[in-house]
Amino acid sequence: MPITRDEVAHLARLSRLALTDEELDHFAAQLEVIISAVARVQEVTAEGIPPTSHAVPLTNVFRPDVVVPPLGAAAALAAAPAVEEQRFRVPRILTEG
Amino acid sequence: MSETMAELVGFDEAIARYDPLIGLETHVELGTVSKMFCGCPTGFGAEPNTQVCPVCLGLPGSLPVVNAAAIESTIRIGLALNCSIAGWCRFARKNYFYPDMPKDFQISQYDEPLCTDGWLDVTVHPEGAPPSQLRVEIERVHMEEDTGKSLHKGGATGRIHGADYSLVDYNRAGIPLVEIVTKPIAGTGSLAPAAARAYVTELRDLLRSLGVSDVRMEEGSLRCDVNTSLAPRGSGSWGTRTETKNVNSLRSVERAVRYEIERQAAVLDAGRRIVLETRHFHEDSGTTTAGRSKEEAQDYRYFPEPDLVPIAPSPDWVAELRAALPELPAARHARLQSEWGLSDLDMAALGNAGALDLVAQTVSAGAAPAEARKWWLGELRQRANTEGIELTALAVTPAQVARVSELVASGGLNDKLARQVLDAVLAGQGSPDEVIAARGLAVVSDDSALLAAVDEAIAANPKVAEKIRGGKTAAAGVLLGAVMTTTRGQADAARVRELILERLGQH
Repeated sequence: MPITRDEVAHLARLSRLALTDEELDHFAAQLEVIISAVARVQEVTAEGIPPTSHAVPLTNVFRPDVVVPPLGAAAALAAAPAVEEQRFRVPRILTEG
Repeated sequence: MSETMAELVGFDEAIARYDPLIGLETHVELGTVSKMFCGCPTGFGAEPNTQVCPVCLGLPGSLPVVNAAAIESTIRIGLALNCSIAGWCRFARKNYFYPDMPKDFQISQYDEPLCTDGWLDVTVHPEGAPPSQLRVEIERVHMEEDTGKSLHKGGATGRIHGADYSLVDYNRAGIPLVEIVTKPIAGTGSLAPAAARAYVTELRDLLRSLGVSDVRMEEGSLRCDVNTSLAPRGSGSWGTRTETKNVNSLRSVERAVRYEIERQAAVLDAGRRIVLETRHFHEDSGTTTAGRSKEEAQDYRYFPEPDLVPIAPSPDWVAELRAALPELPAARHARLQSEWGLSDLDMAALGNAGALDLVAQTVSAGAAPAEARKWWLGELRQRANTEGIELTALAVTPAQVARVSELVASGGLNDKLARQVLDAVLAGQGSPDEVIAARGLAVVSDDSALLAAVDEAIAANPKVAEKIRGGKTAAAGVLLGAVMTTTRGQADAARVRELILERLGQH
């Protein structure tokens, strides 16, 4: 399944990556190679084997509903690029008016 | 963001030409003491960013672990909603770029929800019409984590639109959240707004009875998104839906559906199309305004969460949880109705007045159902209305109402005295027995004391007495009134009447 230049542009936009036209061409070609390499997995006969999302065949790994002391605001905010009113300050969320 | 005031079509007119289709997505914050994937506390109203840790802040190297109590609560919700419980399901990552989740994704469930295909029976109470039953089909119940809270700075209104920057508090990020999605509800016609409200009310009561959440809409632990679309009457071809968010009270659920029906009818009438979009409900004006368009926001690139293993509830565990479900509101409602012998309308009146639990508790404390109902829906509701408060906020307990009712039944108080006693209890003057003792309020049924008052009344009203002697027993009411006045209302009226007639030879 080839990946189109438009799809790469779409993914870049979703990931908030500003790619130039040259970069789009470059990555589209690279991703094409990666995807076709991974696609070889589909050649393996795997009838009756359900797809997995995890390497370890475990289910129901739970923790009890018990409070663990949190970090504290000072430590939580220590590495934040900007802080105001004990909150993480983030740039404008919506660009459109 | 500028939107001119939307044109509306009157509700009745809109319903005459269009069939509404509604759907509800309800988010419930579970009442666990710790978060969904970490041990941070979940209390409401804590100082910003004091209930966070590397996991819910999405710091590198941290890993989520599922809270067992949250899974248990979600299965119980699914069972109470008559859903099938998945034997195996997974969490998924929902990727998006708002800073309300520090990870840049929300752990949710996508194509493998924990519970599917259930239903909830609700009673719709339209204004001025008899109640009707409606079965709301449940599409799915799934688990996810709540997001942080943003304050938008700069701009005119504190809204995200036009803001210069935002401040985020992640205390709420990672609190277990259950999303309950209905299938589209068709065929309700003009009852659509009331039906939406009835569903959310019933769901809230159900969740409360399960003890899985404090279901406070005003604190956001129960939040509702309302989907609405219209079809030309009888055509069955539904138009595009809108999703109204920020609907934070039961009344708003009803108003939001009504407003969207009126607005969409006007758009369709004008030959324009409804846009698939998120709309925001405004509590103050009862209107909705356009938010982000869904087309842009839809590409969440869901994929199975690689940091968590699947959930596979064993049939034994599910059976155990099913067996331990409490009596649910609908069953309790039916049981109480049959025990009390009340009609559907009577029960609806109790429900609407928020008096069902109060009456149930009053009956448990020993009062007859009819008496308990009479006090709460009559005298006490009047007081609550006068003060503009809920019945539950009155300073009288069901046990105290039961005591007053018992005293009336045994003849120790008459209705007038009982009202005085309740007034004093409501004014904080103590329990019914304390008030009665302090004020000497008790029905006088001692014949010797009553006879003196009866004789006095006969002497003072010779003409009336003559009429009664002549057989006009109806005139006894005048003498009875006189006796009640001299005894300050404390006389046992039935006994006084007997004594009057006896004295005047009519017995």
